[in-house]
Amino acid sequence: MANSTSKTAAPITVISVLAPAVGWLLPGAGHMVQKRWGRGLLLLAAISGMYVLGLLMQGRIYQPNSGDILDILGFVGDVGAGGLYVVTRAAGWGQETVARATADYGTKFIIVAGLLNLISVADAYHIAIGKKK
Amino acid sequence: MILDLSHFSAAVLFGVFASVVFGITHREGSREQARYGLYCFTLFVGGVIAAGWAMWLLSKVARVQ
Repeated sequence: MANSTSKTAAPITVISVLAPAVGWLLPGAGHMVQKRWGRGLLLLAAISGMYVLGLLMQGRIYQPNSGDILDILGFVGDVGAGGLYVVTRAAGWGQETVARATADYGTKFIIVAGLLNLISVADAYHIAIGKKK
Repeated sequence: MILDLSHFSAAVLFGVFASVVFGITHREGSREQARYGLYCFTLFVGGVIAAGWAMWLLSKVARVQ
């Protein structure tokens, strides 16, 4: 029996690929390319602010090849920040040993900023396919 | 430059940034987004204060025993 409520896959359009990609590279840019300027700027300020504060607190940036499962999970969180992570690695920031409680908070700020950016990327995709206004 | 925040101020800043993103991504319409963001922020800060008092009580109990 055919299900009248069955969902059809969203068509692949240029914007449905472009918005998540640029949103990953620069937080909030996925919303800005769809002319959601206010939301995009707020996301840029919140995610970048959290990431930069994490670095200023001497938070640690995880490497992809450490071998420890917790470090790999930390890397997955970090890499969610996209372009911010690339710039940080290229500049060699966030390599200090975590020796203070504040630095541990900073490490968590950086991971969560990456995870929040992944939520932002998913939101940009949902706007692009018309699932959200 | 090294930023040296207290646990509470770090938790409040964490709540601000996370609430902004949650508000924008989990609701539609500016008014709903602002309300949900404030709701999340209240839960973050309230949770921090409640957890702080819970740990204070636990330390009291541990000292008595």
